[in-house]
Amino acid sequence: MSVPAELGYTNEHEWVAVADGVATVGITSYAAEALGDIVYVEPPEVGATLTAGDTCGEVESTKSVSDLYSPVDGEVVDVNRAAVDEPEVIGSDPFGQGWLFKVELSGDPADLLTPEQYTTLTEGEG
Amino acid sequence: MPADPRTTPLHEVHKRLGANLVDFAGWVMPLRYGSETTEHQAVRETAGLFDLSHMGEIHVAGPQAAEFLDYALVGYLSKVTVGRARYTMITDADGGVLDDIIVYRLAEDDYLVVANAANSSTVLAALADRVTGFEATVEDRSADYALIAVQGPKAVDILAPLTDADLAAIKYYAGYSHTVAGCAVLLARTGYTGEDGFEIFADPGDAARVWEALTESGAAHGLRPAGLSARDTLRLEAGMPLYGNELSTDITPFEAGLGRVVKLEKPGDFVGRAALAARAESGPRRVLVGLRGRGRRVPRQGHTVLRDGVPVGTVTSGAPSPTLGAPIAMASVDAATDLTSGAFAVDVRGRAEDADLVELPFYDRNR
Repeated sequence: MSVPAELGYTNEHEWVAVADGVATVGITSYAAEALGDIVYVEPPEVGATLTAGDTCGEVESTKSVSDLYSPVDGEVVDVNRAAVDEPEVIGSDPFGQGWLFKVELSGDPADLLTPEQYTTLTEGEG
Repeated sequence: MPADPRTTPLHEVHKRLGANLVDFAGWVMPLRYGSETTEHQAVRETAGLFDLSHMGEIHVAGPQAAEFLDYALVGYLSKVTVGRARYTMITDADGGVLDDIIVYRLAEDDYLVVANAANSSTVLAALADRVTGFEATVEDRSADYALIAVQGPKAVDILAPLTDADLAAIKYYAGYSHTVAGCAVLLARTGYTGEDGFEIFADPGDAARVWEALTESGAAHGLRPAGLSARDTLRLEAGMPLYGNELSTDITPFEAGLGRVVKLEKPGDFVGRAALAARAESGPRRVLVGLRGRGRRVPRQGHTVLRDGVPVGTVTSGAPSPTLGAPIAMASVDAATDLTSGAFAVDVRGRAEDADLVELPFYDRNR
């Protein structure tokens, strides 16, 4: 399982990359593998104000649907239309082309898990 | 505490294939090997290979085996000729469905009852209870069988070089003793996918050999191992019920649109007869319908069905259909619902998603 070292993580199996005050958010490869084939994703809308820990969308696979949670406080400034149109990319490249939305941070990002902490989390669930 | 889940004779094969293994009805079973959508499509277009060894096998034998099954089940099993099989059900005295089963007549006085894994012990207990007074025996033989299914339009081509059977002579819902890969098996033309195909009941010690032989023969035909996830979407497209979804003790076969399995015309009493005769007379309280979503969000089991915004029923199974490219669902709605007009929708997690009523099955290979 891949857990890129440069990213932050959440208990809800999302990853966060922060650059210039903007957080890019996606789901981890662990989450994508657990979900199976992803058929539908509904990210938050551009302009929406998010609060860390709140649900802000959903990811649907053959077997089930999961909520998306915002890992940070801020305003949505972009969503990945390509992933909405072709959700397969979330499974095939979750840390890259399969990113889901970008948030302009209104404060410091909340406590994120380090790659080591996240790896421990998934090993506990595995 | 539930016991540790059991593994099938093909467990090591699944691990080697990198299967995503899950606990299902007390068994460790492959959910999928790679992409479940690819597995689903392989069964529709070429063929898929399934391990179904979790299913329960119960032998019913003796001079009165036929009479006993006529009494214990809703079907007319004494009418089934040797070598043929029937889809039927076992109900409680109130007509509530305990399980849907396939019964093979292996010989004049020997039947094989195949039950769902989750209900196997219930079916066994009910049969053992009901056999009192009949010259027949009921025996749990689940541990004596591995069950492998090869399903799809290429199933015949894949199996033919491996068997002594003349496959063209095996009708749908027939099963006979044959060999596959040199192993003695019960070879049946049955399935749960909506495709042509075979189910192979083999000795557990032969399971890996049969599986490998089919894999090898299937390589040139696009055969793929397929897991329970694909099996569920395949049966849903084919409009086939799943116990715990479309079927339960709360309903009779009539509410699931399967009143045809209840053979009220057979002579003598049978468990559930009075209740089922009354239900046949009064009509079902609920009807099973098909829904096709117009959007992309998927109705799931338990979601409320709306007609012009008013709740009329509940989704029993729902999934994104790989073949139709749209969400599909079966739903149990109040029998009084006007199905000829109105706008239908499903409350998917708090938002009404428009859906069209469609005829079941969603997919028919002969259409």
